[in-house]
Amino acid sequence: MEQILLKGLDGGNWRLADYLKRDGYAALKKMFADKMTPEQVIDELKKSALRGRGGAGFPTGLKWSFMPKNYEGDKYLVCNSDEGEPGTFKDRDILYHNPHQLIEGMIIAAYAMGIKAGYNYIHGEIFEVYERFEEALEEARAAGFLGDNILGTDFSFQLHSHMGYGAYICGEETALLESIEGKKGQPRFKPPFPASFGLYGKPTTINNTETFASVPWIILNGGEKYLELGRPNNGGTKIFSVSGHVERPGNYEVPLGTPFAKLLEMAGGMRGGHKLKACIPGGSSMPVLTGDVMMDLDMDYDSIAKAGSYLGSGAVIIMDETVCMVKALQRLSYFYYEESCGQCTPCREGTGWLYRVVDRIENGMGRNEDLDLLLNMTDNIQGRTICALGDAAAMPVRSFVRNFRDEFQYHIDHKHCLVSS
Amino acid sequence: MFEIEIDGKTLSVPPGSTVMEAANRLGIYVPHFCYHRKLSIAANCRMCLVEVEKAPKPLPACATPVANGMKVKTHSDAAASAQKAVMEFLLINHPLDCPICDQGGECQLQDLSVGYGGVESRYGEDKRVVPNKNLGSLISTDMTRCIHCTRCVRFGQEIAGVMELGMAGRGEHSEIMPFVSKTVDSELSGNVIDLCPVGALTSKPFRYSARGWELSNRRSVSPHCSLGSNLTVQVKNGKVMRVLPLDNEEINECWLSDKDRFSYEGLNSSDRLEKPMIKQGGEWREVEWTVALDYVARGLKDIARSHGAQGIGALASPHSTLEELHLLQKLARGLGSENIDFRLRRSDFRAFPKAPWLGMKIADLSILDRVLVIGSMLNQDQPLIANRMRQSAKKGVEVNVVNPTSDNFRIKLANQAVVPVAEMAAALEAILAGLSGKGKGEAKAIAQSLKSGKNVGIFLGNIAEQHQDASRLHRLASQIAEKCEGKLGFLGEAANSVGGHLVKAVPASNGLNAREMIEDPRKGYLLWNCEPELDMMNPAAALAAMDKAEMVVAFSPFRHRAHEYADVLLPISPFTETSGTFVNTEGRVQSFKGAVAPRGESRPGWKVLRVLGNLLELEGFDYEDTESVMQEIGIAGYAQCDNSIDAEPDALPAAGGLQRIGHAPIYFADGLARRSESLQATRLSAAPAAFMNAKLLKKLGIEEGNPVLVKQGEGEARLNAALDDRLADDCVFVASGHPQTSALGALFGAISVERL
Repeated sequence: MEQILLKGLDGGNWRLADYLKRDGYAALKKMFADKMTPEQVIDELKKSALRGRGGAGFPTGLKWSFMPKNYEGDKYLVCNSDEGEPGTFKDRDILYHNPHQLIEGMIIAAYAMGIKAGYNYIHGEIFEVYERFEEALEEARAAGFLGDNILGTDFSFQLHSHMGYGAYICGEETALLESIEGKKGQPRFKPPFPASFGLYGKPTTINNTETFASVPWIILNGGEKYLELGRPNNGGTKIFSVSGHVERPGNYEVPLGTPFAKLLEMAGGMRGGHKLKACIPGGSSMPVLTGDVMMDLDMDYDSIAKAGSYLGSGAVIIMDETVCMVKALQRLSYFYYEESCGQCTPCREGTGWLYRVVDRIENGMGRNEDLDLLLNMTDNIQGRTICALGDAAAMPVRSFVRNFRDEFQYHIDHKHCLVSS
Repeated sequence: MFEIEIDGKTLSVPPGSTVMEAANRLGIYVPHFCYHRKLSIAANCRMCLVEVEKAPKPLPACATPVANGMKVKTHSDAAASAQKAVMEFLLINHPLDCPICDQGGECQLQDLSVGYGGVESRYGEDKRVVPNKNLGSLISTDMTRCIHCTRCVRFGQEIAGVMELGMAGRGEHSEIMPFVSKTVDSELSGNVIDLCPVGALTSKPFRYSARGWELSNRRSVSPHCSLGSNLTVQVKNGKVMRVLPLDNEEINECWLSDKDRFSYEGLNSSDRLEKPMIKQGGEWREVEWTVALDYVARGLKDIARSHGAQGIGALASPHSTLEELHLLQKLARGLGSENIDFRLRRSDFRAFPKAPWLGMKIADLSILDRVLVIGSMLNQDQPLIANRMRQSAKKGVEVNVVNPTSDNFRIKLANQAVVPVAEMAAALEAILAGLSGKGKGEAKAIAQSLKSGKNVGIFLGNIAEQHQDASRLHRLASQIAEKCEGKLGFLGEAANSVGGHLVKAVPASNGLNAREMIEDPRKGYLLWNCEPELDMMNPAAALAAMDKAEMVVAFSPFRHRAHEYADVLLPISPFTETSGTFVNTEGRVQSFKGAVAPRGESRPGWKVLRVLGNLLELEGFDYEDTESVMQEIGIAGYAQCDNSIDAEPDALPAAGGLQRIGHAPIYFADGLARRSESLQATRLSAAPAAFMNAKLLKKLGIEEGNPVLVKQGEGEARLNAALDDRLADDCVFVASGHPQTSALGALFGAISVERL
């Protein structure tokens, strides 16, 4: 199976010399050698059907084309490495084991959008990764891949890394921008979007780590080839962070469209022969699906959306029949309650309320009206907030209650758990 | 123009307008908390969610730009259900303690919850409790009531120009708070009380004293700074309980300075003089008005008879009403004396404009593109003019300053020439030279800035007006204005700094001005609404002159030090207890009526002067009311003012040694503010100290905090040395307007400092 992000990695070969052996920076050289114009680069991206790997799945080429072309003044490129979605651990591995591929991707992106400065925002809990990335930046600068007149051309690009402090909300792109600016990480109201008013009020493009890291392969091999790896509208490969009750949890890079059953098999199948009860296919903020539904799905944006969830960041959380769905939701709801930035009303007040209701159900104090209350609350949060954290808090609640309502009802009726009884 | 339809009504609005603005223009109310027309858009309360055709979800009206052909429903089922849901969220953690909340009855949350709240709450869990914060003596907090709209935070950052409040913490744990162990100290801070849509931030002085619905509103005009802010004075049972801004976009917008807002406490202070008093045989005794006025009339006649009428001098505060100033000068002149003045803090009378004013309308400050402010403590002296300049600077207007301090007024300044107070004229000369292509440094940069402007304003502040070389600063400023085809203006010290000139409360050439009346003491003084030891240019000399006089008649709303030197104390009404008129710095004539009846036996000043005029058998003192006085004065609307200067004052001999900056800090500047306990408890009212920059401290071998003896001529004061590195070299800032410094001499002039 073709891999483009994790290919050839053995855990120790992250340095520039190793990367060069893996055709590293060949895409950059090719881009300059072929005298590709920025438009051609963006066209390749569009052909590739690469979609944002951070969670929203927005077409990358299209996003890049939103940047104003003849803008006088600074524009910025930002990489979102604030990987905070519970269940997701793919960007960390890219940064740690293949940092130069990200750097190369960002240089190409900067060239395509005429940007001279960029930042990589790395979240606070992974300091080792931050330090290694700093080292990789030094290597790239020393080798002339970064800085002034890259590879002797008249294109210059400065890239810096920025250490976050571990707030989930800073993964929201405009909160991330605020954080880089030294302010409290709180999402901005959109519009204006970052492409017109971004970092320091300048046009800015923000992409996920995995998205940028996918770019060199596309430039080297062509957008069409990348598309062919996956499925129409779902180009390329994707890393799935498989966690939970499987034999071999970890990161698996597979072409988009790979059947879930195959991914599960790669991860060693269900732990100890247990049964698949439920799966969150795209990170904790995406709706949970039942095991039966999941087994028939292919892992790409459109298939999963059809089933009522989202591919999200590609964090596949596997739950077997020993899991109490009420307890699982209690944990998730606590996370969103703690991580809400507190800026806008429905999320600030609603996430705490959601958690408290789920918590009382879990603790045998649920009331009969609670399930409808929960669903109604999610209606009142979803789509009413400044950023998507409100949605992220609401979607798990909705899907857990809808897909496993009997289990919740059992908790309320019997004041204890169905699973452990 | 874009066409928009809201609730079936159509309207054309310019692109870039928001749905909220369009709705407001149509008279459609969209419920909201965080939105405020003067603040940036936060879109965080979500109360203004409305239904927009073709939008998949409800959108916040405050932040949604109008698109052409947009159709909006603000009260449809979808909109109302979104609004009600937000209200439910807002209320779950709100304490709902309206009966014990000071905001009760004037609370946006309470009002809107009637329309959008439920009868019962579905939330049965414990509510959030948030510790209160100490924001100082003006603002009381009940942070549990806060709904996190961040209006107060944005106000600080955007209007006051200093972030004193912020939202710390995350999610449900987020709290509005000041910096650790800091209070809220800007001179505009009280506006957050008005902005707070709930009872989280309320007025500390007003707290628990009345309910909104018990108060009657009276329109009035601020007696403090030259702006003439419009006020709503709220009264209950004949007592002023609170002062709020009265919106006037052309003057104070929707804001008030803390001085305008909280000085009303002085009206109710125990310092109020309530009965006429006469000193006989060294003893003060209360007398009837007729007795007191008779006594005054006879005394004045005696002085006129034995020393000539020129033996009498009248000194009035520029915070007095136009009617009072007019009648006082008429009375003095009726007695035959030309010695009348209201420019109490001025020292240089070599040349003087006929009626110094802003030179333009206040609202027109916003059309300037280049500004030069000369000698001013702008934030303290004209806090809301400072705000207008702050907003201009944000839009790219270049604000330049020449000052003996590098205080930037919390404005993003283009250039700043920080010069010793004695070298201010030289700095202006350098700018003049710069305008002719010469010069260097800051002066040249300022000149270039001014030269590149199309609408230039040159403003002289209080320091420039009170400066020893004021006439020359005026002359030079006017030359600068001429050179860059700009306008010259005086920011103006007090509520009637313009008006006093219009009614000629200044001496003609055969009379003595305020300074001369002190330096050449008179036999008798009429002190109108002023405390010479706090309000005059040379407190020590003023006190000495009072001590020497045969008769001092103090007309005052307050007891004050006059009981030591005066012979008669006559209680006159402060601005809330009389009708009157102030002419603000833009020449706008603003009349107001009394809000409450005079306290005790005090009487409106114009009435007192009318009766005194009758007793002195002067002609033309038959007024029925202040309107008839105003008819005689004959100005209305906008007064004709004039900043021109004809004289060419010579350069003063170079002043060596240390120079005092004797500015009166904001809450020391007038008698009313001095008697507001809450204002006196703020950081801006800290006791005077001898402030110097580090260089000067070192030169004098003094360390911060050392006790020092400050001397001016005969006068001295024991103060502590303090560091203010913003001050120019060889300048010592020693506040005036305070009893601790009232033994000192001139506000601007030589001073010595020695370590004790």
